[in-house]
Amino acid sequence: MTDTTARPSDAIPPAETPEMELFHSHGFWTSYVFCQDAKVIAIQYAGTAIAIGLVALVMSWVIRLQLAFPGAFAFIDAQVYYQSVTMHGMIMVVYMLTAIFLGGFGNYLIPLMVGARDMVFPFVNMLSYWIYLLATLVLAASYFVPGGPTGAGWTLYPPQAILSGTPGHEYGIILMLVSLVLFIVGFTMGGLNYVVTVLQARTRGMTLMRMPLTVWGILAAAVMALLAFPGLFVAGVMLLLDRTLGTSFFMPAIVEFGEHKAYSGGSPILFQHLFWFFGHPEVYIVALPAFGVVSDLISVHARKNIFGYRMMVWAIVAIGVLSMVVWGHHMYVSGMDPLFGFFFAVTTLAIAVPTALKVYNWSLTLWRADIHFTTAMLFALGFLVTFVNGGITGLYLGNVIVDVPLSATLFVVAHFHMVMGVAPVLVIFGAIYHWFPKMTGRLMDETLGKIHFWITFLGAYAVFFPMHYLGVLGMPRRFYEMGQTTFVPDSANTLNIFITVVAIVVGFAQAIFFYNLFKSLKSGRPSGGNPWRAASLEWQTPETPPGHGNWGPELPVVYRWAYAYSVPGAKEDYLPQNAPPIEGEHSP
Amino acid sequence: MVVALVMVLVIAASLVFHFVGPWRATPIASNWGFIDDTMALTFWITGAGFVAVVLFVAYCLYRFGHRPGRRAAYEPENQKLEAWLSAVTTIAVVVLLAPGLLVWAQYITPPDGAAEVEAVGVQWSWSFRLPGADNKLGASDVRFIDASNSLGVVPSDSRGQDDLVVTNGELHLPVDKPVKVLLRSIDVLHDFYVPQIRAKMDLVPGLVSYFWFTPTKIGEYEILCAAFCGTGHPQMRGKLVVENEADYAKWLQAQQTFEQTRKSDAGGEMRASN
Repeated sequence: MTDTTARPSDAIPPAETPEMELFHSHGFWTSYVFCQDAKVIAIQYAGTAIAIGLVALVMSWVIRLQLAFPGAFAFIDAQVYYQSVTMHGMIMVVYMLTAIFLGGFGNYLIPLMVGARDMVFPFVNMLSYWIYLLATLVLAASYFVPGGPTGAGWTLYPPQAILSGTPGHEYGIILMLVSLVLFIVGFTMGGLNYVVTVLQARTRGMTLMRMPLTVWGILAAAVMALLAFPGLFVAGVMLLLDRTLGTSFFMPAIVEFGEHKAYSGGSPILFQHLFWFFGHPEVYIVALPAFGVVSDLISVHARKNIFGYRMMVWAIVAIGVLSMVVWGHHMYVSGMDPLFGFFFAVTTLAIAVPTALKVYNWSLTLWRADIHFTTAMLFALGFLVTFVNGGITGLYLGNVIVDVPLSATLFVVAHFHMVMGVAPVLVIFGAIYHWFPKMTGRLMDETLGKIHFWITFLGAYAVFFPMHYLGVLGMPRRFYEMGQTTFVPDSANTLNIFITVVAIVVGFAQAIFFYNLFKSLKSGRPSGGNPWRAASLEWQTPETPPGHGNWGPELPVVYRWAYAYSVPGAKEDYLPQNAPPIEGEHSP
Repeated sequence: MVVALVMVLVIAASLVFHFVGPWRATPIASNWGFIDDTMALTFWITGAGFVAVVLFVAYCLYRFGHRPGRRAAYEPENQKLEAWLSAVTTIAVVVLLAPGLLVWAQYITPPDGAAEVEAVGVQWSWSFRLPGADNKLGASDVRFIDASNSLGVVPSDSRGQDDLVVTNGELHLPVDKPVKVLLRSIDVLHDFYVPQIRAKMDLVPGLVSYFWFTPTKIGEYEILCAAFCGTGHPQMRGKLVVENEADYAKWLQAQQTFEQTRKSDAGGEMRASN
């Protein structure tokens, strides 16, 4: 419950956090490469995630060029197309979004926001990054083996994933599965760290109900990931055994191109259950940190406390719990017992309630606010529009019977890109514009930032909003070419060309962001320690960028929640969490 | 100001695109109009929510943009408002869900007397099997698949001898007669998908899945595969011909029984007709 005590002296619980012993490095290698400082690990994670994400961006162009101009590019054959679809999807969901939110923002922000010196297990934290890097390299290596990477679709459904009709069934699929297993091992090390740090290493006065929502989002996502990734882990190991040793976990008796295979008795649907037991929580593993970050961006730049903080926290917890029991909505037409449809439709639509409440509270935070249209704020607003748009189409796909005609069409592609592609990526950009000054001591260029925002937001909306209509029309996804199909009118192809052109423009426009990033790193305006005049703890460090150990000799003491903006009676329009209480203050 | 205006324009453009754009659902040719109705209901409820939220945000951006001297209000929470919003959202969700579940109950319950037809998927083509004179499909098992038994009909099962085996990818159905489609795959996942029918379901090797529909419009429709099944996935096409009773009877007459295909054997030439 919120600590609503009126007497400030009561708000300071006894110091419980013992000082940490930190490994202080002296050389280049231990300072910048094999470094145990969460802030450096965060930047390593984010840099790797963005680098592999750019590979995925290039693959999306391959996909779009083929869909708009089928056959026009000789280098895009069916094999290359399906390999691009698969790698684009897997990289974006796992190696980019999961890694950057938890490994990147989680590592950077958790210790600073809760007032810790570092993660509680710095060495394990470092190991987590290096295993993640290894997983990424193994994945990339699949481009250099005979047959190339797997083209099984990011869902890797057996039996096709390991049979000869699918590209990369020779070695690509093996490397993909090994890479996923490594990723999960690395992630588990990081995930345990995030959870234990939030629960055990908060500074004096930082009660759970005073934490910024960013920390709540990351905490909930890390807990969910620790519960959900094992599903993918076992599915990956079992599929690997089916592929290499000829076991039959997921393989029934089948005849492949006229040849009887030795498999028998396995269940392809079992794989789908395991995959989506991971796969659906995965959506929220990406979304919850984004929810948290966007709450903080809106609150800081609107100079107003986040509306309904307690409701926001409980909504995160409710979404986290519910998201563990909705995976079957990916399998309505999978051939599983159709009675499951009733259960999963109810749980799936139930999750809409806490999610909608979050949207209302973000919107209501803007009511009677003092809104500064910074680049970070614009990205947060862009998130709000794309997330609501992508969220409502989830109500189509979650309602089992409405899903039947839409499943496996471009409607699904449009939905999940809007809700877990565009929306979280906008948050990532907003977060980088917002926290870049803390990481570097310099501001990013706001004019370039705004140009970047408008092209990215309007462009991404123009890519994915019309795509829903191709799905309603009935155009299936994962089609290398439509060929002559009577129900598809010429206008559909025109729309596909439009989408492709916009997508390529949006992709190239990201160069503006990278130019801004590197230019600001070298010559950006000095920001000082707290350029946004934010209340949360990470902006109150004695040095910017914060040094190793974050806080100098004394850990900060926290007197209030992270949202003390425009408090009546206060001189400034914000009260830092660690500023001593003012006369008559009633801050939670 | 500018931001608020752009938000309003985004909404306006989206609505124009929805109501003026030529991209709409393919005209329906089955009994599943309820599915379209449920989707329309979903559109109106969720669309209203989307427009309301974005316009509210746009208004706030217009009204509460920073000006020198402005200070935000301080209101940590408003439990009454939050309770109201929870209640309204819950009601909207129930209104969406209830009809959806009722239609789903119909979807998974084929009517008594629905004719049974089997659709079999293989990389990358469609085959079909219809019960013969005994009105029963014989048992099947992939172990019995060979050159003269491409669907794995169990040779010792007497019910299967008169089954009609259609291997040219063309399925005919009589109009206005409900049909329960039994789905079987002999290699990987496939999905029987005819956009005009609205219904679809996966074919899973190792089990028999099903769905049902009543074709309501005479015509020819393309059968697509809607579960990725390898590089030939887009080329896996079949044809569904919905016709009147007389034409359908004529087509049935022209099909070979399992017994006949076993006898005509390796040559593979189609016998003209009987």
